[in-house]
Amino acid sequence: MTEGMMTEGFWQGYAWPTIIILAQIMAVVTVVLIAVAYLTFAERKVLAMAQLRKGPNVVGPFGLLQPFADGLKLLTKETIIPAGANPVVFLAAPILTFALALMAWAVIPFGEGAVISDINVGVLYLFAISSLGVYGVIMAGWASNSRYAFLGALRSAAQMVSYEVSIGFVIITVLLCVGSLNLTDIVMAQKTIWFAVPLFPMFVVFFISALAETNRSPFDLPEGESELVAGYFVEYSSMSFALFYLGEYAQMILMSAMTSILFLGGWLPPADIAPFNWIPGPIWFAAKIAACLFVFLWVRATLPRYRYDQLMRLGWKVFLPLSLFWVVATAGVLVAFDWVPK
Amino acid sequence: MTDVELKSFAMNFGPQHPAAHGVLRLVLEMDGEVVERADPHIGLLHRGTEKLIEYKTYLQAVPYFDRLDYVAPMSQEHAFALAVEKLLGIQAPPRAQYIRVLFAEISRVLNHLLNVTTMALDVGALTPFLWGFEEREEMMEFYERVSGARLHAAYFRPGGVTSDMPAGLAEDIHAYCDRVSKVIDDLDNLLTDNRIFKQRTVDIGIVTGEQACDWGFSGPMIRGSGYAWDLRKAQPYDAYADMDFDIPVGRHGDCYDRYLVRVEEMRQSVRIMRQAIEKMPSGPVKVDDRKIAPPPRAQMKRSMEALIHHFKLYTEGYHVPAGETYTAVEAPKGEFGVFLVSDGSNKPYRCKIRAPGFAFLQALDFMSKGHMLADVVSIIGSMDIVFGEVDR
Repeated sequence: MTEGMMTEGFWQGYAWPTIIILAQIMAVVTVVLIAVAYLTFAERKVLAMAQLRKGPNVVGPFGLLQPFADGLKLLTKETIIPAGANPVVFLAAPILTFALALMAWAVIPFGEGAVISDINVGVLYLFAISSLGVYGVIMAGWASNSRYAFLGALRSAAQMVSYEVSIGFVIITVLLCVGSLNLTDIVMAQKTIWFAVPLFPMFVVFFISALAETNRSPFDLPEGESELVAGYFVEYSSMSFALFYLGEYAQMILMSAMTSILFLGGWLPPADIAPFNWIPGPIWFAAKIAACLFVFLWVRATLPRYRYDQLMRLGWKVFLPLSLFWVVATAGVLVAFDWVPK
Repeated sequence: MTDVELKSFAMNFGPQHPAAHGVLRLVLEMDGEVVERADPHIGLLHRGTEKLIEYKTYLQAVPYFDRLDYVAPMSQEHAFALAVEKLLGIQAPPRAQYIRVLFAEISRVLNHLLNVTTMALDVGALTPFLWGFEEREEMMEFYERVSGARLHAAYFRPGGVTSDMPAGLAEDIHAYCDRVSKVIDDLDNLLTDNRIFKQRTVDIGIVTGEQACDWGFSGPMIRGSGYAWDLRKAQPYDAYADMDFDIPVGRHGDCYDRYLVRVEEMRQSVRIMRQAIEKMPSGPVKVDDRKIAPPPRAQMKRSMEALIHHFKLYTEGYHVPAGETYTAVEAPKGEFGVFLVSDGSNKPYRCKIRAPGFAFLQALDFMSKGHMLADVVSIIGSMDIVFGEVDR
């Protein structure tokens, strides 16, 4: 009987929750990876439309199988480790980048209660994970033992650190209005109005910083094609290259998800009235992410690239004072009108 | 304590580099991101064109000129054709002159579209590049219709042009002028007032008027620095004297001004294209001298004399009286000159080619000193360098 209770305890206490968590992780990772695959496809299609051409349209109907063809091609190629490289760090870098990009999804709520881990410091966790992303880049740049890669990594490190500061202040502004670090609470606090409306300048700062944080155009200096060829991953090939690529795109989706959670009301419909609230939350959430991603791509098709010093100036001399001012102003308004959330 | 020798960071930029515009190899000495010294290495596309021309008849030398600056092929042929005509003491008939002006201006738009859009690409704007290339393809179709080749036309020849324009081409080009104007406006809208584009190009790679003269600049590079020097106005050749156009001039000599000059030059070129078509007279397109220009094909079937002329022209070629000439045209990139020495035989004794890009590339060191790596890329972009003509 004791033995039976023990097995029951084992099943109830350990095995079963582990299986459930693994299943949840699998579900989220699969969705994210498919989204990444189709984001690369969408990017090529959106760029093609901006540039008056067709984009991929041969592999599968409308070229829909193109991402899989690309993935398969990269998988079958040889992983080349340059002679002067440090093999361990060289191979660890893409794994780290990719793993970090996926880890962040643990706390993202897709709908009410639809979250793997509903921790009460969700925003802090996200912030920490996205900050760690810079290590993958630095390791790649250093381990490649190439000057282009090295310069790219240095640029990237400086850039990510600079923009994290203003992202931090933007998040603080939102937190002041919510009174919680939990992502679900942040979304629920936007029931009446999305934070994008009262905190509009912060919304813009956050989005631009997100572009910088993910090394996207116009801040794609670390991989500035015309200067550094491909920047920190210039020496990578095959799957190690693909992991960087996937990591970068997963990061883009993550940043879009953060934008929609912090400012666009997450899974909430635009208004809690008839036709809108028929549509389930996760679909709203996906739609908002897609809209943000489209802006990512649109910006890439339109804007030239910043220079290194200009990017630093924008980060430290424009965004930092602006976000700092908004933190103080928001706090002041909340206290003055006694709106501080309890 | 021992002295520590500080070594700057040397970077090898090219020859296989997306922003090297061909096979430019730059050895950059850098202090972090700041360029201390830029050392351009040339010669990777050297094909010995000048020497080869010494072993070809004057007619056989024409196609080599297409391959110098392959972005605007007919402009180079123009210089050679004018040089040979000068030594022969002949002049192309009026219709040929107008056709040449028309196609020289199409070449200018071809060149500037490529340069402006690739410069934007170097600065990071992807989209203009593809818009520009769409239009280039259209204009190359005009090349093809008039000469049979998209790129290496060999259309301007000493004494005129190969053959008259096919029926309907003039109308099509005239209609196309409106379309290309619209594309130029689109490019202008997307780039000219773009803040990032301005931040990347304004006050970058400044060349004062004096420096531009000292380093032998020409074309948009000297006009960007404030000199209204244009051979089409200064010493008009062919039908340029009859054309009404303006010379855009920059003020600061930076990358942005050179960009603006090129965009405005495209508009002026379209203006000249329209005028050339509207004013084009009818008549022959080759000199009426069977010792220089081949007889019509139909005549060769009946006239023994015409057949002999044809045979002699395409085997031995024509003999050019002894003498020498330096003849230059305003190619899209700048002053493209041919120094031609004839010893009275059927082959040039010496053919020295003066390529504008060569002079620009020498200035890269002082232009990029103290700028950042990313600026070197925009400076190279604004110089409009094509290695076909630099290395020859």
